[in-house]
Amino acid sequence: MRFRTLKELESICQAESLTIAELMIAEQARETDESEADIIAKMSSYYQVMKEAVSKGLEPGGAQSRSGLTGGDGLRMNEHVLAGEPLVGEWAGKALAYALSVSEVNASMGRIVATPTAGSCGILPGVLVSSQERFGWSDEKVVLGLFAAGAIGYVIANNSFISGAEGGCQAEVGSAIGMAAGAMVELRGGSPAQAVHAVGIALKNTLGLICDPVAGLVEIPCIIRNGLGAVNALAAADMALAGVRSIIPSDEVIGVMHEVGTKMPVEHRETALGGLAATPTGRKLTEQLKAKK
Amino acid sequence: MRFKHVFSIIGPVMVGPSSSHTAGAARIGRVARQLLGCSPEEAEITLYGSFAETYSGHGTDLALLGGLLDYDTDDARIPDAFAEAERLGMRYDIRVGTGVMPHPNFAEITLRAGSREANVQGASIGGGNIEIHSINGFDAGCTGNYPTLVIAHQDQVGVIASITGMVSASGLNIGFMNVARKARSGAAMTIIEGDRVPPDELVESLHKLPSVENVSVIDVR
Repeated sequence: MRFRTLKELESICQAESLTIAELMIAEQARETDESEADIIAKMSSYYQVMKEAVSKGLEPGGAQSRSGLTGGDGLRMNEHVLAGEPLVGEWAGKALAYALSVSEVNASMGRIVATPTAGSCGILPGVLVSSQERFGWSDEKVVLGLFAAGAIGYVIANNSFISGAEGGCQAEVGSAIGMAAGAMVELRGGSPAQAVHAVGIALKNTLGLICDPVAGLVEIPCIIRNGLGAVNALAAADMALAGVRSIIPSDEVIGVMHEVGTKMPVEHRETALGGLAATPTGRKLTEQLKAKK
Repeated sequence: MRFKHVFSIIGPVMVGPSSSHTAGAARIGRVARQLLGCSPEEAEITLYGSFAETYSGHGTDLALLGGLLDYDTDDARIPDAFAEAERLGMRYDIRVGTGVMPHPNFAEITLRAGSREANVQGASIGGGNIEIHSINGFDAGCTGNYPTLVIAHQDQVGVIASITGMVSASGLNIGFMNVARKARSGAAMTIIEGDRVPPDELVESLHKLPSVENVSVIDVR
């Protein structure tokens, strides 16, 4: 890849009059020696899996996790939106409901696409599938958003991390929000520079977020964080489209994510030894699950 | 760069719930299975770090076994891997190890089938991506992102040149390559990550080299 940082990504796009998605597709083709058509077809098939996961979680009864701890919240939220006037507005409400839905399908050992991880798999589909409905975008257009998101995630992953075990939830849900925010800016016609600002704006809001899954399951609080993450991604994209800038450059914010993650205690990095997992209720649920086994 | 391309960020398509603890685990298991070259009769799996703490909730055990059954990360049979392993008569032992490993999500797998044995140590580094740290006791440093040739041979003058000559003649481009040995003039291993699946004829001719003991092809992309 010709870019290692968001600054480089932005500069190349600007110099060559490319969108982030166009650059990502060209770079991917060069890296893997596959045709651009094949690469786009592969990403399109991934998007179909995302749409299926949204629908699956909204089927009657909703997706129920194997532990029995979670399930049906995507469906609840969707019904709340359909009943009228959710506080966050119809479309943020939809993004939230869809993100919950996909995360619940994941917890039920259903099929999803890791974006960038399974723990954060709800955010991109939540934002993209709801926006496709809202704006009447073609699949081809939305798939470009996935390439833009992938380019941003590529920079984050190689300069910081994308696993909760290494860097906490900021690395998973945080990265996904940044990726979705940048992708939405591009899909709404914003410039690469605005997309990069959206990443920095989004990431600032999740710095320090710990990974503390109850009983080690990708359920509590992961599912809810995916729902809220989808809303945050839309908000960050809107700020960037409005001209709000990340005064601390986005690459430097990614550096902070790395610094904070490196210093995060092991109890807060997916081991289920601290945070919400270690609360009295978190411990009680863990004990109950052990007894059930 | 630990992450090489867009599909290591968007993807894999997988069965949940965790890309590191389910999808990555399945891929580490599959590397071990393909290294062995057949269905294992016996498997010993040791989990470390976060794998050890949380494997049950993430289905890490199911995913590793699914990998040993050669399932891809999105194979809907992963949740039923225990039953399938038992049906095939595969004996497996999953235990929790102690000690500091190079990564928080770390597993060691030893497989046996007849006289064959394979040992893999690997880490799941996020998003379904893996790093294979060792293969049969040799430092490996491969990722499973490319079709991979694993060649066990003797540490002798000219072996690497013979191997790379054959690879070159087959038209396969070498992306990454790692050579390790246990002792001078002793057992050695060459790992080649290429841009496409090595043709069968190449694998056969590598096998015929006098100082080559074994050749495995691993493809868990």
